[in-house]
Amino acid sequence: MDFLDVAWRLAAVLLAFLTLPLLVGQAEHKVMAHMQGRVGPMYAGGFHGWAQLVADGVKFAQKEDVVPAAADRRIFRLAPAVALVPYLLVLVAIPVAPDGGVGQVVDAGIFFVLAVLGVGVLGQLMGGWASANKYSLLGGLRTAAQLMAYELPLLLSAASVAMAAGTLSLPGILDAWQWWWLPWQLVGAFVFFTAGIAELHRPPFDAPLAPEEIVFGPLTEYGGLRFALFLLAEYAGIVVVSALTAVLFLGGWHGPFADGLGWLWTLLKTAALSFLVIWTRVAWPRLRADQIQRFAWTVLVPLALLQIALTGVVKVVFA
Amino acid sequence: MNAPGFLSPTGVEIVFLLTGLVTVGAALVAVTTRQLVHAALWLVVALGGIAVEYLLLTAEFVAWVQVLIYVGSVVVLLLFGLMLTRAPIGRSPDADSGNRPVALAVALASAATLVTLVVDAFRTAWIELDRPQGDTQTVGEALFRHWVLPFEALSLLLLAALVGAIVVSRRTTPDGPAGTPAPEAVAAPEARKAQDAQAQDAQDAQEAPGASDVPGAPEAEER
Repeated sequence: MDFLDVAWRLAAVLLAFLTLPLLVGQAEHKVMAHMQGRVGPMYAGGFHGWAQLVADGVKFAQKEDVVPAAADRRIFRLAPAVALVPYLLVLVAIPVAPDGGVGQVVDAGIFFVLAVLGVGVLGQLMGGWASANKYSLLGGLRTAAQLMAYELPLLLSAASVAMAAGTLSLPGILDAWQWWWLPWQLVGAFVFFTAGIAELHRPPFDAPLAPEEIVFGPLTEYGGLRFALFLLAEYAGIVVVSALTAVLFLGGWHGPFADGLGWLWTLLKTAALSFLVIWTRVAWPRLRADQIQRFAWTVLVPLALLQIALTGVVKVVFA
Repeated sequence: MNAPGFLSPTGVEIVFLLTGLVTVGAALVAVTTRQLVHAALWLVVALGGIAVEYLLLTAEFVAWVQVLIYVGSVVVLLLFGLMLTRAPIGRSPDADSGNRPVALAVALASAATLVTLVVDAFRTAWIELDRPQGDTQTVGEALFRHWVLPFEALSLLLLAALVGAIVVSRRTTPDGPAGTPAPEAVAAPEARKAQDAQAQDAQDAQEAPGASDVPGAPEAEER
């Protein structure tokens, strides 16, 4: 592993980090519009308003950088970076193609990605507290409660896959993957994906933001570039959760012609799951904060435990 | 391989020392700062520094678990508790208990004990870091072959703590369950089953009117 190789891989990861979230953002504009029987932004750039996102970015960059007078300035300014950087780190460990198609092989890959994902939520907590705004504080509280509730099913369902594969390394899991894992780990896939959406505070789990209720939760006081960074973190989160679900449960690069087209399969599966994330936003109303808690503890955690039991039984009986 | 010495440190050793200094510094700030939430955030730096130390010692698995449990969960729980009770922006002198000398004595005593213990236990043991020493497989084998009994004893201890926490939180008073404000309970009867969620929601609702003057108020006085 020489210097050039490392630099090339990191550049590829950075490129993915800079483009994929924007693609998801643009897809959200258009998919939501069409699902709601309207066309969405159509003029910027000519073809179906593709440049609207660029225009939005320019608008964000031009806005004044406002920090509330009563806020804790340093933490308020630091929060967007804490929210965004973890997703960049996670992308490094996600395998895209077989035989070394990964930014960096991490031995305990599952633990690495889940650990770093959890750190990202600290950014929202910091923003919610430092804003000196009661709605932000309420949003921060709900964010923390939601993280603690959904971290457990997320970990348990990921542990089920790790048990099945006998390794914690993400490329190792994909090497061991067989097609019949799909039905075998189906429940785990549902739990992981749902808990992932909940950790991102995407609808229907967006009670921490809840624009009609507590303005915009932890992000209420943010504007301009810092708000754009938080938005970018959300879209990067969609990419990361979709890619992780694809790698852990849908077989990642596996598919016809996997040797040459493995990366395409990973991207396609990630894109399909990202579409699903956007779809749920349009399809379901927001859950109340207590409903979100109840769903985690009474539905997802038992399902995840059931999946672990099933994995163990199949593993012992057929291995 | 040369004999290990103190006079020509390798790059890893230098980074290890520097990270250690940052960790100790962050830990000191965490216990001396008068701003509650800042203390929790400095704790993140200290715990993250320890994770980096594990990484430098090639104990990758332990490092990620450290981040997952301590930074991702314990600190979030801490921040949640702070925000739920009191988390003013600015200093909170009332949070100082006046036990500084005692705390200092306890900290020094436990640090002395630990340092003596570790130095005495490992003396001149030397770990080659050329190949990973603490990857998942090694840790798993050590844990479930040689240290099964302590491991299970620890899980029993955690179970006991868990049961204790449930007992404490479900303690009932003559009027009904403790910590359950009546109005919310009546307003949302369907939420009664999920007691944790409901209690937390009720606290959310209680926090709302008071929250406006909690953050910022001491700050305003200061200026």
